[in-house]
Formats: sequence, C-alpha cells, structure tokens
Amino acid sequence: MAEAAREKKLPVDDKVHTWPHLVRMEFLVALFVLVALVLWALMVDAPLEEAANPTRTPNPSKAPWYFLGLQEMLVYFDPWHAGVVLPSLIIVGLMVIPYIDINPRGNGYYCFKDRKWEILTFFLGFHVLWITMIIIGTFFRGPGWNLFWPWQRWDPHKVVALTNVDLPYLVGFRDYWLSAAFSLMAIGAYFVLGMIGFYLFVLKVKGKDFLERWGMVRFTIAGLLLVLMMALPVKMFLRLAFNVKYVLVTPWINI
Amino acid sequence: MSLFDKIKNDIVESHVWKSIFRHGYDDTPRNRVMMVTSNVFLHLHPAKVRRHAVRMRFTWCMGGLTFLMFLITAVTGIYLMFYYRPVAEYAYADMKYLEFDMPFGMLMRNMHRWAAHAMIVFVWLHMFRVFLTGSYKPPREFNWIVGVLLLVLTLLLSFTGYLLPWDQLAIWAVTVGSNMARATPLLGYEGPFADFVGANPIYDARAFLFGGGEIGPHTLLRFYILHCIFIPLVASILMAVHFWRIRRDGFSGPSL
Repeated sequence: MAEAAREKKLPVDDKVHTWPHLVRMEFLVALFVLVALVLWALMVDAPLEEAANPTRTPNPSKAPWYFLGLQEMLVYFDPWHAGVVLPSLIIVGLMVIPYIDINPRGNGYYCFKDRKWEILTFFLGFHVLWITMIIIGTFFRGPGWNLFWPWQRWDPHKVVALTNVDLPYLVGFRDYWLSAAFSLMAIGAYFVLGMIGFYLFVLKVKGKDFLERWGMVRFTIAGLLLVLMMALPVKMFLRLAFNVKYVLVTPWINI
Repeated sequence: MSLFDKIKNDIVESHVWKSIFRHGYDDTPRNRVMMVTSNVFLHLHPAKVRRHAVRMRFTWCMGGLTFLMFLITAVTGIYLMFYYRPVAEYAYADMKYLEFDMPFGMLMRNMHRWAAHAMIVFVWLHMFRVFLTGSYKPPREFNWIVGVLLLVLTLLLSFTGYLLPWDQLAIWAVTVGSNMARATPLLGYEGPFADFVGANPIYDARAFLFGGGEIGPHTLLRFYILHCIFIPLVASILMAVHFWRIRRDGFSGPSL
C-alpha cells in the first residue's frame, strides 16, 4: 500500500524554480565569500618587493605558485619537454577526457564504485602529480633549486654532489651509437610494454568486449596519454633511485 | 489608504516605473519564471533547475564563485587602471602611489590579487567537482572543452598580471615562467631543431611574447594589454558560451 502510494508520488518533474531557490543560494554564498575576501584583503597585504632590477637575479627565482609544478618538472626533464610538450599534453589530455571516457555510469551524480579507474586516474594526475609538484616547488625548494625542509635555513652554498649519469652509461654502454640504439630501444620498449600493460589491464577491469566499444582510436589515445603521464613518475623514480640524468641523449634532444 | 500607500501606488503604477519593471513581486509560479526570463542577468539561468542541482554539496558553488572572482577582479582592476601606467619608468612608482596615497588603493590591490589567486583555486576545484559528478558526459562534452580553455585563460590572466607591479618578484617570476617559451621545439632558440627554423634570441617564440630578447618596457605594455583587454575579452566570450550551454543542456543529474 505504502509502496504503491510512493510510486504514484514519484516525481515526473523534479525541478524547482530558479527564483528563489537557486538565486537565493547564489546570493548568500557570493555575499559570504565577498565578506571573507574583504576581511582577508584588509588583513593580508599583497607582496611588493623592491623595484625590478634585471641585473640582480634572486636565488631561487620561482615562477608563480600555480606554475611551480611545471618548474619542478624541469628537474626531471629538459625545458622543451617539461615546459612545452608536457603542458600541451596536459591541456589536450584534459580536453579529450569526455571523448575517451565513454562509461555511461556516473553521469551527473557522485559515485565511486562504477567509475573507480576513471576517478583514480584523475586523482593520480591532478592530486598526486600536479598538486604534489606544486607543494614541493613552493615549500621544499631553495637556492640552486636544491631540496630544503621548510624550517631549514636556505644555505646558498649547499654542496650537492652531481652524480647523475645517463641510463646507457649506467648499464655499461660507452660507445655513442650503441648507447643511442640502447636508449631508443629502451624508450620503444617502455611504450610497447606500457600499451600492452594498459590493454591487459583494461581487458581485466572493463570486460572482454571493451575494444569493440572503445574502438582502436580511443584506446590508442587513452593508452598513449596514460603512458606519457606515467613517464613523469617513472623518470622521477629513475632519478631518485639510480641517479639517472637522461634516458636518451642525442645532439638535438635529450629525454 | 494611508499616505505612504498612496505614494507607493502612484510610483508603482506610473508610466516610467512600469516601463522599467514589467511585472510585480507576487509569489506566483508565473512570476517566479518571469523573474528569471525577463532579467538579462538572471536569464543566464534556466527558469527551473533540478532540485538536487541546487544543493551546495552537489555543486560546491565553485563555478559560480569562479565567475564571482572574475567580476571582483574586473571591478577592482578597473579601479587600479585609473592610477597605473604600464611604462617601465612609472609602473613601480605608481604601485607605491597606489598603496600609500590612493583612497582604498591598498585594499583594492589586495582584493585584486587575492581574488585572482582564489579564482585559480576555485577553477581547479570546479574542474575536480565536474569530474567527480561526471558532468562532462553526453551531452556536455564540448562544454568541458570550453571549460579547459577557460582554465588555461585563468592561468594566463593571473600570469600576465603578475608582471605588472614591476618589482623583483614580478620580473623574475615571469622570466622563469616564460623561459619555457624559448625551449619550444622549432620556435624557441634554445629548443630542439631551432637551427632549422633560424630561431635566435631576438627572433623566436619568447621574443614574440616579450617584444624583445628579454623582459623590458615592451613586455610590460604587451602583458598589460593582454591582461586588461585581450584575455578578459576572450574569456568573456568563452564564459558566455560556457553558461549558455549549461542553460541549454540543463544542470547535470541522474536520469529520472
């Protein structure tokens, strides 16, 4: 009986009037935030240092905080990669999200279970990589872009041994051409293994017929973007664990 | 009828008043719709929205707050523009003047800067929320792209504004931030394959951005124009598209 009554009352149209329901909410939140901002602006002054002087470079020179993730990536990759290619890939990668995530579940409501891997990937890219790099760049980098604890005095003469070597050298290659061949194979193997791993993984979590649903183009773009994103933590690991400077060295580009 | 009511009646029934306000304030469903549809600002909204989409724990209010921060920076920015000259000789002195001599100058500058920082945080949180609710899924895919462009423009707005105080913080942060442009493959003189294109320090991607081989008076003017006119204009157009498409597609939510 109660069941039937509830069924009858099921909303055919669950809409409410924008005025007053939404407008009232927007007004109150805007007012609250505006007051908070004014109080904050009254209490904390915007920084203004001494006048610009092109002949005096501060050490360290830091980009605005929202770009410190990119500056921190410069530790691990050359500027053309960390400063140009990776940011472009981030922007393109964000743009293609709606076209590679064709999971029909979770459209317009919070859920974790039905789109666990999508959310975890975003979490890895946004929170773990982007935000962590910003925090490291903001609070843990001092003169010479060396690592300092936030409470540590910034010693501009801190001695840091430069023990980094290139990957081919590390595994024993001394000849230039053999090193280059090894490097290219290592990078090729990374991408091939990455794509195979991605394929097997998606096969496991999305079911046997996933490639039919996704199509080859969607699978390739998603896989390449993920493998390229994972290149950052992989390079970080190689650097921190094995002091690897570059994986590939050529006269034109180093990776 | 009291005198007050009579005067009020005369005003509300007058020709002038009725030409401005086309309907009353009665709490009727028809009037609630009219409130939104007959107001150029409020009609950014649909007349009715889905019940769950109004709740704060669904939207976090982040998109709207990003827009609010944009409006605050626009208003305070115009105030600052009255006192600031984008010329290398004057810019820093104008900052001091603005801080110490102008009425509410310091407050306006503080609000401008903190609102700009808040805008970046809010736009990131907005993106995170939209991802969590899957609100980019059909039919809203393209609006997500517009949103990513707006995210990039927000960062560029903040970055171009960073140079304008013309202090040590400004020029060195922008130097570091712009150095990546000279490493652009092909187009930057320190980038790979620059030789094939013939890029050099005064003729490459960064020189195009700076108006010269290094940060100088031209850079200040360029960033000023980008900051005050070009990027806000483009962002406004994209915001109109962004809001319009939300209005057409409706707020996202589970299917009924």
